[in-house]
Amino acid sequence: MKRIVILGAGTAGTMMANHLRHELDKEDWEIQIIDEREEHHYQPGYLFLPFDIYSPEDIIKSIKEFIPKGVKLLTAKIDQVIAEKNMVLLQNGDQLHYNVLIVATGAKIAPEEIPGMKGSEWQKSVFDFYTFEGSLALRNKLREWEGGKLVVHITEMPIKCPVAPLEFAFLADSFFKHKKMRDKVEITYVTPLSGAFTKPKATEALEHLLSEKNIQIESDFAIAEVNNETKQIIDYGGRAIDFDLLVTVPTNKGDALMERSGLGDDLNYIPTNKATLQSLKYENMFVLGDASNIPASKAGSVAHFEAEILTENILHYINGEPLKEEFDGHANCFIETGNGKALLIDFNYTHEPVEGTFPFPGIGPMRLLKESRMNHMGKLAFRWIYWNVLLKGTHIPFVSATMQESGKNFN
Amino acid sequence: MEKLIAGKSIEVNEEGYLTKFAQWDKTVGEELAKEANIDLSDRHWEVLNYLQTEHKNEVALSIRRIGKSGIVDIKEFYALFPNAPLKTATKIAGIPKPASCI
Ligand SMILES: Cc1cc2nc3c(=O)[nH]c(=O)nc-3n(C[C@H](O)[C@H](O)[C@H](O)COP(=O)(O)OP(=O)(O)OC[C@H]3O[C@@H](n4cnc5c(N)ncnc54)[C@H](O)[C@@H]3O)c2cc1C
Repeated sequence: MKRIVILGAGTAGTMMANHLRHELDKEDWEIQIIDEREEHHYQPGYLFLPFDIYSPEDIIKSIKEFIPKGVKLLTAKIDQVIAEKNMVLLQNGDQLHYNVLIVATGAKIAPEEIPGMKGSEWQKSVFDFYTFEGSLALRNKLREWEGGKLVVHITEMPIKCPVAPLEFAFLADSFFKHKKMRDKVEITYVTPLSGAFTKPKATEALEHLLSEKNIQIESDFAIAEVNNETKQIIDYGGRAIDFDLLVTVPTNKGDALMERSGLGDDLNYIPTNKATLQSLKYENMFVLGDASNIPASKAGSVAHFEAEILTENILHYINGEPLKEEFDGHANCFIETGNGKALLIDFNYTHEPVEGTFPFPGIGPMRLLKESRMNHMGKLAFRWIYWNVLLKGTHIPFVSATMQESGKNFN
Repeated sequence: MEKLIAGKSIEVNEEGYLTKFAQWDKTVGEELAKEANIDLSDRHWEVLNYLQTEHKNEVALSIRRIGKSGIVDIKEFYALFPNAPLKTATKIAGIPKPASCI
Protein backbone atom coordinates (compact mmCIF):
# COMPACT_ATOMS: atom_id res chain seq x y z
CA MET A 1 0.00 0.00 0.00
CA LYS A 2 1.38 3.37 -1.01
CA ARG A 3 0.52 6.67 0.57
CA ILE A 4 -0.21 10.22 -0.60
CA VAL A 5 -0.09 12.84 2.13
CA ILE A 6 -1.76 16.20 1.59
CA LEU A 7 -0.66 19.05 3.86
CA GLY A 8 -3.49 21.52 4.48
CA ALA A 9 -7.23 20.98 4.06
CA GLY A 10 -8.09 24.44 2.78
CA THR A 11 -9.27 25.25 -0.73
CA ALA A 12 -6.50 23.48 -2.65
CA GLY A 13 -5.91 20.47 -0.37
CA THR A 14 -9.62 19.64 -0.20
CA MET A 15 -9.94 19.75 -3.99
CA MET A 16 -6.93 17.44 -4.39
CA ALA A 17 -8.33 14.96 -1.85
CA ASN A 18 -11.56 14.78 -3.86
CA HIS A 19 -9.86 14.50 -7.25
CA LEU A 20 -7.36 11.87 -6.19
CA ARG A 21 -9.77 9.65 -4.27
CA HIS A 22 -11.82 9.55 -7.43
CA GLU A 23 -8.84 8.65 -9.63
CA LEU A 24 -6.80 6.27 -7.50
CA ASP A 25 -7.54 2.69 -6.57
CA LYS A 26 -8.29 2.28 -2.87
CA GLU A 27 -6.44 -1.03 -2.82
CA ASP A 28 -3.18 0.59 -3.94
CA TRP A 29 -3.23 4.09 -2.57
CA GLU A 30 -4.00 5.42 0.87
CA ILE A 31 -4.69 9.18 1.03
CA GLN A 32 -4.21 11.22 4.19
CA ILE A 33 -4.88 14.93 4.64
CA ILE A 34 -3.72 16.99 7.61
CA ASP A 35 -4.94 20.31 8.96
CA GLU A 36 -4.57 21.95 12.34
CA ARG A 37 -8.03 23.48 12.11
CA GLU A 38 -11.45 21.90 12.23
CA GLU A 39 -13.13 24.72 10.33
CA HIS A 40 -12.97 25.48 6.64
CA HIS A 41 -13.24 29.20 5.96
CA TYR A 42 -14.54 30.69 2.73
CA GLN A 43 -11.90 33.42 2.68
CA PRO A 44 -13.47 35.55 -0.08
CA GLY A 45 -16.25 36.10 2.48
CA TYR A 46 -13.82 38.05 4.72
CA LEU A 47 -14.31 40.91 2.26
CA PHE A 48 -18.06 41.06 2.85
CA LEU A 49 -18.21 40.43 6.60
CA PRO A 50 -16.99 43.93 7.61
CA PHE A 51 -19.89 45.50 5.69
CA ASP A 52 -22.51 43.18 7.19
CA ILE A 53 -23.19 41.67 3.76
CA TYR A 54 -22.24 38.16 4.95
CA SER A 55 -22.49 36.80 8.46
CA PRO A 56 -20.03 34.36 10.06
CA GLU A 57 -22.33 31.40 9.29
CA ASP A 58 -21.97 32.10 5.56
CA ILE A 59 -18.22 31.78 5.79
CA ILE A 60 -17.49 28.86 8.09
CA LYS A 61 -18.21 25.16 7.69
CA SER A 62 -16.47 22.11 9.06
CA ILE A 63 -13.50 20.68 7.17
CA LYS A 64 -14.84 17.16 7.69
CA GLU A 65 -17.90 17.85 5.58
CA PHE A 66 -15.78 18.22 2.43
CA ILE A 67 -13.32 15.36 2.82
CA PRO A 68 -14.51 12.35 0.83
CA LYS A 69 -14.94 8.86 2.20
CA GLY A 70 -11.76 6.88 1.84
CA VAL A 71 -9.51 9.81 2.72
CA LYS A 72 -8.16 9.92 6.26
CA LEU A 73 -8.36 13.35 7.89
CA LEU A 74 -5.90 14.11 10.69
CA THR A 75 -6.39 17.15 12.86
CA ALA A 76 -2.91 18.16 13.93
CA LYS A 77 -0.33 20.87 13.53
CA ILE A 78 2.36 19.96 11.04
CA ASP A 79 5.74 20.63 12.54
CA GLN A 80 8.15 19.73 9.77
CA VAL A 81 8.72 17.94 6.50
CA ILE A 82 11.91 15.89 6.26
CA ALA A 83 11.94 15.57 2.50
CA GLU A 84 15.13 13.49 2.34
CA LYS A 85 13.35 10.79 4.36
CA ASN A 86 9.87 11.27 2.79
CA MET A 87 8.57 11.99 6.25
CA VAL A 88 6.16 14.45 7.86
CA LEU A 89 6.48 15.23 11.56
CA LEU A 90 3.44 16.37 13.47
CA GLN A 91 3.55 18.53 16.55
CA ASN A 92 2.01 15.74 18.64
CA GLY A 93 5.09 13.63 17.90
CA ASP A 94 3.55 11.40 15.24
CA GLN A 95 5.49 10.66 12.06
CA LEU A 96 4.02 9.92 8.67
CA HIS A 97 5.80 8.35 5.76
CA TYR A 98 4.75 9.29 2.22
CA ASN A 99 5.36 8.21 -1.35
CA VAL A 100 3.92 11.42 -2.77
CA LEU A 101 3.56 14.70 -0.88
CA ILE A 102 1.16 17.48 -1.85
CA VAL A 103 1.73 20.79 -0.11
CA ALA A 104 -1.32 23.05 0.18
CA THR A 105 -0.69 24.98 3.39
CA GLY A 106 -1.60 28.34 1.88
CA ALA A 107 -0.42 31.78 2.96
CA LYS A 108 -1.17 33.90 6.01
CA ILE A 109 -0.64 37.43 7.21
CA ALA A 110 2.47 38.48 9.10
CA PRO A 111 1.76 41.93 10.57
CA GLU A 112 4.81 41.59 12.84
CA GLU A 113 7.00 42.23 9.77
CA ILE A 114 6.30 45.97 9.97
CA PRO A 115 7.30 47.90 13.12
CA GLY A 116 4.23 49.27 14.91
CA MET A 117 1.67 47.44 12.80
CA LYS A 118 0.66 45.08 15.55
CA GLY A 119 1.04 47.89 18.11
CA SER A 120 -1.27 49.51 20.64
CA GLU A 121 -3.79 50.52 17.94
CA TRP A 122 -4.14 46.96 16.53
CA GLN A 123 -7.86 46.18 16.28
CA LYS A 124 -8.61 49.64 17.72
CA SER A 125 -7.88 51.78 14.68
CA VAL A 126 -5.57 49.42 12.76
CA PHE A 127 -7.30 46.40 11.22
CA ASP A 128 -6.77 43.61 8.75
CA PHE A 129 -9.54 41.77 6.91
CA TYR A 130 -7.44 38.79 5.77
CA THR A 131 -8.30 36.76 8.89
CA PHE A 132 -11.69 35.89 10.30
CA GLU A 133 -10.87 37.59 13.60
CA GLY A 134 -9.67 40.75 11.85
CA SER A 135 -12.66 40.90 9.56
CA LEU A 136 -15.12 40.44 12.43
CA ALA A 137 -13.41 43.07 14.60
CA LEU A 138 -13.56 45.45 11.64
CA ARG A 139 -17.26 44.79 11.19
CA ASN A 140 -17.86 45.80 14.80
CA LYS A 141 -15.75 48.92 14.34
CA LEU A 142 -17.53 49.97 11.12
CA ARG A 143 -20.94 49.55 12.73
CA GLU A 144 -20.18 52.45 15.05
CA TRP A 145 -17.48 54.44 13.27
CA GLU A 146 -18.48 58.06 12.77
CA GLY A 147 -16.14 58.92 9.94
CA GLY A 148 -12.76 60.49 9.29
CA LYS A 149 -9.77 59.39 7.26
CA LEU A 150 -10.04 55.79 6.05
CA VAL A 151 -6.81 54.43 4.63
CA VAL A 152 -6.90 51.12 2.72
CA HIS A 153 -3.36 49.84 2.45
CA ILE A 154 -1.25 47.03 0.96
CA THR A 155 2.05 46.37 2.74
CA GLU A 156 3.95 44.46 0.05
CA MET A 157 3.34 42.08 -2.84
CA PRO A 158 2.57 39.28 -3.39
CA ILE A 159 -0.72 38.99 -1.47
CA LYS A 160 -3.65 36.61 -1.72
CA CYS A 161 -6.37 37.87 -4.01
CA PRO A 162 -4.51 41.03 -5.06
CA VAL A 163 -7.76 42.78 -6.00
CA ALA A 164 -9.36 42.34 -2.55
CA PRO A 165 -8.02 45.63 -1.09
CA LEU A 166 -9.39 47.53 -4.09
CA GLU A 167 -12.73 45.82 -3.64
CA PHE A 168 -12.62 46.82 0.01
CA ALA A 169 -12.18 50.48 -0.97
CA PHE A 170 -15.06 50.28 -3.48
CA LEU A 171 -17.36 48.55 -1.01
CA ALA A 172 -16.47 51.09 1.67
CA ASP A 173 -17.50 53.91 -0.66
CA SER A 174 -20.81 52.20 -1.29
CA PHE A 175 -21.29 51.32 2.41
CA PHE A 176 -20.83 54.90 3.59
CA LYS A 177 -23.09 56.22 0.84
CA HIS A 178 -25.85 53.90 2.04
CA LYS A 179 -25.27 55.03 5.60
CA LYS A 180 -25.61 58.61 4.32
CA MET A 181 -22.20 59.54 5.69
CA ARG A 182 -19.94 59.42 2.62
CA ASP A 183 -19.25 63.16 3.06
CA LYS A 184 -17.78 62.42 6.49
CA VAL A 185 -15.28 59.88 5.14
CA GLU A 186 -12.12 60.52 3.17
CA ILE A 187 -10.93 57.31 1.47
CA THR A 188 -7.31 56.86 0.40
CA TYR A 189 -5.91 53.77 -1.31
CA VAL A 190 -2.20 53.25 -0.57
CA THR A 191 -0.18 50.74 -2.56
CA PRO A 192 3.46 49.73 -3.05
CA LEU A 193 2.70 49.34 -6.77
CA SER A 194 2.98 52.19 -9.27
CA GLY A 195 -0.77 52.15 -9.87
CA ALA A 196 -4.02 50.50 -8.85
CA PHE A 197 -3.04 47.10 -10.25
CA THR A 198 -0.13 45.23 -11.77
CA LYS A 199 -1.38 44.92 -15.35
CA PRO A 200 -1.78 48.00 -17.59
CA LYS A 201 -5.31 47.62 -19.03
CA ALA A 202 -6.88 46.60 -15.73
CA THR A 203 -5.00 49.41 -13.97
CA GLU A 204 -6.52 51.93 -16.34
CA ALA A 205 -10.06 50.66 -15.77
CA LEU A 206 -9.62 50.45 -12.00
CA GLU A 207 -8.04 53.89 -11.64
CA HIS A 208 -10.96 55.33 -13.54
CA LEU A 209 -13.33 53.72 -11.02
CA LEU A 210 -11.29 55.02 -8.09
CA SER A 211 -11.51 58.59 -9.29
CA GLU A 212 -15.20 58.20 -10.13
CA LYS A 213 -15.79 57.16 -6.54
CA ASN A 214 -13.64 59.94 -5.18
CA ILE A 215 -11.02 57.63 -3.71
CA GLN A 216 -7.51 59.10 -3.62
CA ILE A 217 -4.60 56.88 -4.61
CA GLU A 218 -1.06 57.01 -3.17
CA SER A 219 1.25 54.72 -5.13
CA ASP A 220 4.88 53.55 -4.78
CA PHE A 221 4.46 53.54 -1.01
CA ALA A 222 6.88 51.13 0.69
CA ILE A 223 5.84 51.19 4.33
CA ALA A 224 8.56 51.44 6.98
CA GLU A 225 6.38 51.76 10.09
CA VAL A 226 2.98 52.42 11.63
CA ASN A 227 3.14 55.21 14.18
CA ASN A 228 0.50 54.46 16.81
CA GLU A 229 0.84 57.84 18.55
CA THR A 230 0.48 60.15 15.56
CA LYS A 231 -1.72 57.62 13.70
CA GLN A 232 0.32 57.69 10.55
CA ILE A 233 1.86 55.21 8.17
CA ILE A 234 5.31 56.30 7.09
CA ASP A 235 7.30 55.02 4.13
CA TYR A 236 11.04 54.64 3.71
CA GLY A 237 11.24 57.90 1.82
CA GLY A 238 9.67 59.74 4.78
CA ARG A 239 6.22 60.16 3.19
CA ALA A 240 3.58 60.13 5.98
CA ILE A 241 -0.14 59.46 5.56
CA ASP A 242 -2.61 60.23 8.38
CA PHE A 243 -5.38 57.84 9.25
CA ASP A 244 -8.28 57.60 11.66
CA LEU A 245 -8.98 54.08 10.49
CA LEU A 246 -6.29 51.99 8.82
CA VAL A 247 -7.36 48.84 6.99
CA THR A 248 -4.15 47.16 5.97
CA VAL A 249 -3.19 43.98 4.19
CA PRO A 250 -0.04 42.94 6.07
CA THR A 251 2.82 41.04 4.43
CA ASN A 252 1.61 37.59 3.33
CA LYS A 253 3.86 34.59 3.97
CA GLY A 254 3.79 30.85 3.60
CA ASP A 255 3.52 28.82 6.81
CA ALA A 256 6.52 28.87 9.16
CA LEU A 257 6.76 25.10 8.78
CA MET A 258 8.60 25.79 5.48
CA GLU A 259 11.29 27.65 7.36
CA ARG A 260 11.61 24.82 9.89
CA SER A 261 11.87 22.33 7.02
CA GLY A 262 14.26 24.39 4.88
CA LEU A 263 11.76 24.30 2.02
CA GLY A 264 10.75 27.92 1.48
CA ASP A 265 12.13 31.12 -0.03
CA ASP A 266 12.44 34.37 1.95
CA LEU A 267 8.64 34.56 2.25
CA ASN A 268 8.28 30.83 3.05
CA TYR A 269 6.92 30.00 -0.41
CA ILE A 270 8.14 26.77 -1.99
CA PRO A 271 10.10 27.07 -5.25
CA THR A 272 7.85 25.25 -7.73
CA ASN A 273 7.82 24.56 -11.47
CA LYS A 274 5.21 27.00 -12.76
CA ALA A 275 3.96 24.69 -15.54
CA THR A 276 4.01 21.24 -13.85
CA LEU A 277 3.55 22.27 -10.17
CA GLN A 278 6.33 19.90 -9.09
CA SER A 279 8.73 21.13 -6.42
CA LEU A 280 12.01 22.26 -8.00
CA LYS A 281 13.94 20.27 -5.43
CA TYR A 282 12.05 17.04 -4.77
CA GLU A 283 10.55 14.83 -7.45
CA ASN A 284 7.78 13.39 -5.29
CA MET A 285 6.67 16.74 -3.86
CA PHE A 286 3.98 18.85 -5.54
CA VAL A 287 2.76 22.28 -4.51
CA LEU A 288 -0.46 24.09 -5.32
CA GLY A 289 -2.51 27.00 -4.08
CA ASP A 290 -1.02 29.92 -2.18
CA ALA A 291 1.91 27.89 -0.80
CA SER A 292 3.99 27.92 -4.01
CA ASN A 293 6.18 30.68 -5.41
CA ILE A 294 4.82 30.54 -8.97
CA PRO A 295 4.08 33.94 -10.52
CA ALA A 296 0.29 33.39 -10.66
CA SER A 297 -2.39 35.09 -8.55
CA LYS A 298 -2.89 33.60 -5.11
CA ALA A 299 -6.58 32.89 -5.60
CA GLY A 300 -9.09 30.10 -5.13
CA SER A 301 -9.86 30.09 -8.85
CA VAL A 302 -6.17 29.53 -9.60
CA ALA A 303 -6.07 26.66 -7.10
CA HIS A 304 -9.07 25.15 -8.88
CA PHE A 305 -7.39 25.25 -12.30
CA GLU A 306 -4.14 23.99 -10.79
CA ALA A 307 -5.93 21.08 -9.11
CA GLU A 308 -7.27 19.80 -12.44
CA ILE A 309 -3.82 19.87 -14.02
CA LEU A 310 -1.97 18.60 -10.95
CA THR A 311 -4.28 15.59 -10.67
CA GLU A 312 -3.25 14.52 -14.16
CA ASN A 313 0.40 15.13 -13.38
CA ILE A 314 0.28 13.05 -10.22
CA LEU A 315 -1.18 10.19 -12.23
CA HIS A 316 1.63 10.63 -14.77
CA TYR A 317 4.19 10.68 -11.98
CA ILE A 318 2.81 7.53 -10.38
CA ASN A 319 2.87 5.73 -13.73
CA GLY A 320 6.43 6.85 -14.42
CA GLU A 321 5.38 9.03 -17.36
CA PRO A 322 6.71 12.53 -18.12
CA LEU A 323 4.77 15.38 -16.49
CA LYS A 324 2.68 17.74 -18.61
CA GLU A 325 3.82 21.35 -18.66
CA GLU A 326 0.30 22.55 -18.86
CA PHE A 327 -0.46 25.14 -16.20
CA ASP A 328 -0.57 28.59 -17.82
CA GLY A 329 -1.24 30.76 -14.75
CA HIS A 330 -4.95 30.96 -15.52
CA ALA A 331 -6.84 33.19 -13.04
CA ASN A 332 -10.44 34.32 -13.06
CA CYS A 333 -11.48 36.94 -10.51
CA PHE A 334 -14.56 38.97 -9.85
CA ILE A 335 -13.88 42.47 -8.58
CA GLU A 336 -16.71 43.95 -6.52
CA THR A 337 -17.06 47.61 -7.35
CA GLY A 338 -19.91 48.53 -4.98
CA ASN A 339 -23.57 49.38 -5.56
CA GLY A 340 -24.39 45.85 -6.67
CA LYS A 341 -21.92 45.77 -9.52
CA ALA A 342 -18.70 43.96 -10.29
CA LEU A 343 -15.97 43.56 -12.88
CA LEU A 344 -14.63 40.24 -14.08
CA ILE A 345 -11.03 39.59 -15.15
CA ASP A 346 -9.66 36.45 -16.81
CA PHE A 347 -5.93 36.20 -17.51
CA ASN A 348 -2.79 34.04 -17.37
CA TYR A 349 1.04 34.26 -17.25
CA THR A 350 1.28 35.82 -20.69
CA HIS A 351 -2.08 37.53 -21.32
CA GLU A 352 -3.12 40.50 -19.22
CA PRO A 353 -6.81 41.07 -18.40
CA VAL A 354 -8.62 42.77 -21.28
CA GLU A 355 -12.20 43.50 -22.30
CA GLY A 356 -14.39 40.80 -23.81
CA THR A 357 -17.07 38.27 -22.99
CA PHE A 358 -17.06 35.21 -20.71
CA PRO A 359 -17.38 32.24 -20.75
CA PHE A 360 -18.94 32.16 -24.23
CA PRO A 361 -16.94 34.17 -26.80
CA GLY A 362 -19.04 37.00 -28.20
CA ILE A 363 -22.02 36.14 -26.02
CA GLY A 364 -21.13 36.33 -22.36
CA PRO A 365 -23.29 36.52 -20.34
CA MET A 366 -20.50 38.05 -18.30
CA ARG A 367 -18.46 41.02 -19.46
CA LEU A 368 -14.72 41.20 -18.94
CA LEU A 369 -13.21 44.35 -17.42
CA LYS A 370 -16.57 46.18 -17.49
CA GLU A 371 -18.83 46.88 -14.53
CA SER A 372 -22.11 45.02 -14.59
CA ARG A 373 -24.82 43.64 -12.37
CA MET A 374 -24.42 40.21 -13.97
CA ASN A 375 -20.81 40.10 -12.81
CA HIS A 376 -21.95 40.95 -9.30
CA MET A 377 -24.43 38.07 -9.40
CA GLY A 378 -21.50 35.93 -10.50
CA LYS A 379 -19.45 37.00 -7.49
CA LEU A 380 -22.28 36.17 -5.10
CA ALA A 381 -22.93 32.87 -6.85
CA PHE A 382 -19.24 32.09 -6.41
CA ARG A 383 -19.86 31.31 -2.74
CA TRP A 384 -22.39 28.64 -3.62
CA ILE A 385 -20.15 27.30 -6.37
CA TYR A 386 -17.24 27.24 -3.93
CA TRP A 387 -18.99 25.08 -1.33
CA ASN A 388 -20.93 22.89 -3.76
CA VAL A 389 -18.77 22.55 -6.84
CA LEU A 390 -15.18 23.75 -6.41
CA LEU A 391 -14.28 21.98 -3.18
CA LYS A 392 -15.69 18.72 -4.46
CA GLY A 393 -13.33 18.95 -7.40
CA THR A 394 -16.17 19.02 -9.91
CA HIS A 395 -15.30 20.58 -13.24
CA ILE A 396 -17.09 23.89 -13.87
CA PRO A 397 -18.95 23.59 -17.18
CA PHE A 398 -17.59 25.81 -19.97
CA VAL A 399 -14.62 27.04 -17.95
CA SER A 400 -11.37 25.34 -18.94
CA ALA A 401 -8.31 24.97 -16.73
CA THR A 402 -6.16 26.81 -19.26
CA MET A 403 -7.18 30.29 -20.39
CA GLN A 404 -9.27 30.67 -23.51
CA GLU A 405 -8.12 33.38 -25.93
CA SER A 406 -11.27 33.76 -27.99
CA GLY A 407 -13.84 36.29 -26.79
CA LYS A 408 -11.08 38.62 -25.59
CA ASN A 409 -10.08 41.88 -27.24
CA PHE A 410 -6.28 41.73 -27.35
CA ASN A 411 -4.72 44.28 -29.60
CA MET B 1 12.36 52.44 -29.69
CA GLU B 2 15.75 54.12 -29.95
CA LYS B 3 16.98 56.81 -27.60
CA LEU B 4 20.17 58.85 -27.74
CA ILE B 5 21.97 58.32 -24.43
CA ALA B 6 25.53 59.56 -23.84
CA GLY B 7 25.96 59.99 -27.57
CA LYS B 8 24.92 56.42 -28.33
CA SER B 9 21.75 55.16 -29.92
CA ILE B 10 20.22 52.78 -27.36
CA GLU B 11 17.22 50.47 -27.52
CA VAL B 12 14.65 51.29 -24.76
CA ASN B 13 10.99 50.45 -24.01
CA GLU B 14 8.14 52.95 -23.61
CA GLU B 15 9.12 53.57 -20.01
CA GLY B 16 12.75 54.22 -20.88
CA TYR B 17 14.21 50.94 -19.60
CA LEU B 18 17.02 49.44 -21.65
CA THR B 19 15.93 46.37 -23.55
CA LYS B 20 19.48 45.20 -24.37
CA PHE B 21 21.75 45.13 -21.37
CA ALA B 22 24.74 44.70 -23.69
CA GLN B 23 24.26 48.34 -24.77
CA TRP B 24 24.74 49.54 -21.21
CA ASP B 25 28.00 51.04 -19.96
CA LYS B 26 28.98 53.41 -17.16
CA THR B 27 28.45 56.54 -19.25
CA VAL B 28 24.92 55.37 -20.08
CA GLY B 29 24.30 54.79 -16.36
CA GLU B 30 25.62 58.23 -15.51
CA GLU B 31 23.41 59.92 -18.07
CA LEU B 32 20.30 58.03 -16.91
CA ALA B 33 21.15 59.00 -13.32
CA LYS B 34 21.34 62.65 -14.36
CA GLU B 35 17.84 62.38 -15.86
CA ALA B 36 16.67 61.18 -12.43
CA ASN B 37 18.56 64.03 -10.74
CA ILE B 38 20.98 61.70 -9.02
CA ASP B 39 24.73 62.23 -8.67
CA LEU B 40 26.27 58.79 -8.58
CA SER B 41 28.63 58.16 -5.65
CA ASP B 42 30.65 55.00 -4.91
CA ARG B 43 27.77 53.78 -2.73
CA HIS B 44 25.39 54.15 -5.67
CA TRP B 45 27.71 52.08 -7.83
CA GLU B 46 27.96 49.33 -5.23
CA VAL B 47 24.18 49.02 -5.23
CA LEU B 48 23.94 49.20 -9.03
CA ASN B 49 26.58 46.49 -9.44
CA TYR B 50 24.73 44.32 -6.96
CA LEU B 51 21.45 44.74 -8.87
CA GLN B 52 23.16 43.84 -12.14
CA THR B 53 24.66 40.70 -10.60
CA GLU B 54 21.31 39.63 -9.19
CA HIS B 55 19.73 40.22 -12.57
CA LYS B 56 22.37 38.04 -14.27
CA ASN B 57 21.66 35.35 -11.68
CA GLU B 58 17.97 35.61 -12.61
CA VAL B 59 16.97 36.51 -9.06
CA ALA B 60 13.65 38.37 -8.92
CA LEU B 61 14.33 41.77 -7.35
CA SER B 62 12.18 43.19 -4.59
CA ILE B 63 12.68 45.91 -2.00
CA ARG B 64 12.47 43.24 0.72
CA ARG B 65 15.27 41.16 -0.80
CA ILE B 66 17.51 44.18 -1.29
CA GLY B 67 16.91 45.19 2.33
CA LYS B 68 18.14 41.77 3.43
CA SER B 69 21.05 41.63 0.97
CA GLY B 70 23.64 43.03 3.35
CA ILE B 71 24.64 45.48 0.59
CA VAL B 72 22.30 48.28 1.61
CA ASP B 73 19.38 48.62 4.01
CA ILE B 74 16.04 49.92 2.80
CA LYS B 75 16.48 53.32 4.43
CA GLU B 76 19.77 53.94 2.68
CA PHE B 77 18.37 52.56 -0.57
CA TYR B 78 15.69 55.25 -0.41
CA ALA B 79 18.25 57.90 0.47
CA LEU B 80 20.36 56.93 -2.55
CA PHE B 81 17.49 56.62 -5.02
CA PRO B 82 14.59 58.73 -3.65
CA ASN B 83 10.85 58.05 -4.15
CA ALA B 84 10.73 54.76 -6.01
CA PRO B 85 14.24 53.37 -5.51
CA LEU B 86 13.83 50.00 -7.16
CA LYS B 87 12.34 51.46 -10.32
CA THR B 88 14.94 54.24 -10.52
CA ALA B 89 17.92 52.05 -9.70
CA THR B 90 17.02 49.31 -12.17
CA LYS B 91 16.58 51.88 -14.92
CA ILE B 92 20.02 53.36 -14.25
CA ALA B 93 21.52 49.86 -14.03
CA GLY B 94 20.15 49.08 -17.50
CA ILE B 95 18.08 46.09 -16.34
CA PRO B 96 14.32 45.50 -16.65
CA LYS B 97 11.86 47.09 -14.27
CA PRO B 98 11.03 44.37 -11.72
CA ALA B 99 7.65 42.89 -12.44
CA SER B 100 5.62 42.64 -9.28
CA CYS B 101 3.70 39.49 -9.90
CA ILE B 102 0.11 39.13 -8.87
C1 LIG C 1 -9.99 38.62 1.90
C2 LIG C 1 -9.78 37.56 0.86
C3 LIG C 1 -10.57 37.57 -0.29
C4 LIG C 1 -10.38 36.61 -1.27
N1 LIG C 1 -11.19 36.64 -2.38
C5 LIG C 1 -11.04 35.70 -3.34
C6 LIG C 1 -11.89 35.69 -4.48
O1 LIG C 1 -12.79 36.51 -4.61
N2 LIG C 1 -11.70 34.73 -5.42
C7 LIG C 1 -10.71 33.79 -5.30
O2 LIG C 1 -10.57 32.95 -6.20
N3 LIG C 1 -9.88 33.78 -4.24
C8 LIG C 1 -10.02 34.70 -3.25
N4 LIG C 1 -9.19 34.69 -2.15
C9 LIG C 1 -8.05 33.76 -2.10
C10 LIG C 1 -8.39 32.34 -1.70
O3 LIG C 1 -9.10 32.31 -0.51
C11 LIG C 1 -7.08 31.58 -1.54
O4 LIG C 1 -6.27 31.77 -2.67
C12 LIG C 1 -7.31 30.09 -1.37
O5 LIG C 1 -8.04 29.84 -0.20
C13 LIG C 1 -5.97 29.33 -1.35
O6 LIG C 1 -6.16 28.00 -1.02
P1 LIG C 1 -5.01 27.18 -0.31
O7 LIG C 1 -5.55 25.80 -0.16
O8 LIG C 1 -3.72 27.37 -1.01
O9 LIG C 1 -4.84 27.83 1.14
P2 LIG C 1 -5.91 27.85 2.33
O10 LIG C 1 -7.29 27.71 1.81
O11 LIG C 1 -5.57 29.04 3.14
O12 LIG C 1 -5.60 26.51 3.16
C14 LIG C 1 -4.42 26.28 3.86
C15 LIG C 1 -4.73 25.29 4.98
O13 LIG C 1 -3.51 24.79 5.52
C16 LIG C 1 -3.62 24.71 6.91
N5 LIG C 1 -2.26 24.80 7.50
C17 LIG C 1 -1.29 25.73 7.20
N6 LIG C 1 -0.19 25.49 7.92
C18 LIG C 1 -0.44 24.40 8.67
C19 LIG C 1 0.33 23.66 9.63
N7 LIG C 1 1.58 24.01 9.95
N8 LIG C 1 -0.25 22.57 10.22
C20 LIG C 1 -1.53 22.19 9.90
N9 LIG C 1 -2.29 22.87 9.02
C21 LIG C 1 -1.75 23.95 8.40
C22 LIG C 1 -4.50 25.87 7.30
O14 LIG C 1 -5.12 25.65 8.56
C23 LIG C 1 -5.50 25.92 6.13
O15 LIG C 1 -6.67 25.20 6.41
C24 LIG C 1 -9.38 35.62 -1.12
C25 LIG C 1 -8.58 35.61 0.03
C26 LIG C 1 -8.78 36.56 1.03
C27 LIG C 1 -7.93 36.52 2.26
